[in-house]
Amino acid sequence: MRPFSYDRAAGAPGDAGTTWLAGGTTLLDLMKLDVMRPERLADINGLGLAEVRLDAQGLHLGALARMAEVAGNAEVQRHFPVVAQSLALAASQQLRNMASLGGNVLQRTRCPYFRDPSHAACNKRNPGSGCGAMDGANRLQAVLGTSDACIAAYPGDFAQALVALDAEVTLRGAAGERRMRFADLHVQPGTTPERETTLRPGELITGFTVPAGPWAARSLYLKVRDRESYAFALASAAVALDLDGKVVREARIALGGVATVPWRAAEAEADLRGKVLDEASATRAAEAAFAAARTHGENAFKPELGRRTLVRALLLAKRMEA
Amino acid sequence: MTAPAESGGLERRFLLGGGAMLPLLAGTATAQPTPATPAHEGRSMEMTLQVNGQAHRLALDSRTTLLDALREHMGLTGSKKGCDQGQCGACTVLLDGRPVLACLTLAAGVGTRPVITIEGLHGRDGGLHPMQQAFLDQDAFQCGYCTPGQIISAVACVRQGHAGSAEEIREFMSGNLCRCAAYPQIVAAVQQAAPLVEQG
Repeated sequence: MRPFSYDRAAGAPGDAGTTWLAGGTTLLDLMKLDVMRPERLADINGLGLAEVRLDAQGLHLGALARMAEVAGNAEVQRHFPVVAQSLALAASQQLRNMASLGGNVLQRTRCPYFRDPSHAACNKRNPGSGCGAMDGANRLQAVLGTSDACIAAYPGDFAQALVALDAEVTLRGAAGERRMRFADLHVQPGTTPERETTLRPGELITGFTVPAGPWAARSLYLKVRDRESYAFALASAAVALDLDGKVVREARIALGGVATVPWRAAEAEADLRGKVLDEASATRAAEAAFAAARTHGENAFKPELGRRTLVRALLLAKRMEA
Repeated sequence: MTAPAESGGLERRFLLGGGAMLPLLAGTATAQPTPATPAHEGRSMEMTLQVNGQAHRLALDSRTTLLDALREHMGLTGSKKGCDQGQCGACTVLLDGRPVLACLTLAAGVGTRPVITIEGLHGRDGGLHPMQQAFLDQDAFQCGYCTPGQIISAVACVRQGHAGSAEEIREFMSGNLCRCAAYPQIVAAVQQAAPLVEQG
């Protein structure tokens, strides 16, 4: 690790040179790998921001609530199962005890070319240097939202639940507090894969609000991995359904493991609206979700795995008692 | 209970690599800047860590992880450095009663929260903790490298009420890798010790 200064943040907004330290599970890992090189760490763990609260408006989550705490909250499990499951199925118990929600949504990609500076080419780590993954080891990389510059997959799970349920994120910066749609936080790589979010310099995520809705209780997170626990998603689906009998009033769908950002599958949602939900309609929706997929060799299995994951998630959600 | 203080502990290996010298060596080392890592020190910080019921006053480079503080500065080498990247679980310790990865925890951020390592576990009579005894009884290790982390996680698994079934134990413990693959015996050990370890 390169030298850095360490201070406890007192709540004042940071500036462009400040790197916030919460759980540290991504940051310290990438600092050891020399991928991230902050000069000033501001430890925000003393700021509170740990609320987990349900009310008529929905679910309010502080950015410093730990993944394990929210995953294990009985009210969240009951009223927002997709939120609890996306957290419980991520990482390991130790990491969930450490990692904050705010840090989790900012987790960096696991693309091996990004994580290893001995690879010269990585447009995300070193803009303009090329992409090693495009024709390289890309089994885990994205098929949706990619560009000619970058195919690095977004690795998280919780963000898919937030995107599917139209959550808002609250931010604090030099200009005060602002709220925005969580779906507007992450940006696709395009020609600038080094820019991953719309956060302003020094801005801090303070919390999330997940609105209540008739679909929230009939929701789930299905994650398909190389091993049964403690692995990143090869494909995942966050699904929430509002059903009128067998007919879909509203479907909310986000996909993980297959895209460069937490991916809202709007085409699949539109496809299902007003239809009887069965294997045939779910399959058509899944085809719509992956219609724009682009594969790069080793990850050619992902569209099919992603479609099957989504079909299974939809049919499991249909069977839920909600 | 307590490992002997090892004055030679710092000489065994340079875990930070390159020019990132540990503070105690800085005075004797010749500065040799390398292109990859600046030779100057991170900021030295004074702190008091509460480990296994004892206060340890230390002056550490800001970069020092809790794992390096334990192993290199307190002589507590029970917690193991497997991957040093938060992937293997060999460095698992209890922080405020919860299992965390010491390799991804900055010592400077620990504050006054109590740390329990494998050296801090013991039974009522001062002998082995029931979980340690169960690992012996069930043959729950081969090379033993992952065992301190496994036992710390196993104690937390029972205390926090996640030892209700083999499946639940496996899920709670999935962050502790065992390359000897003693997993079935580890689950059996947790089940043996569970009735003897207090929950809560």
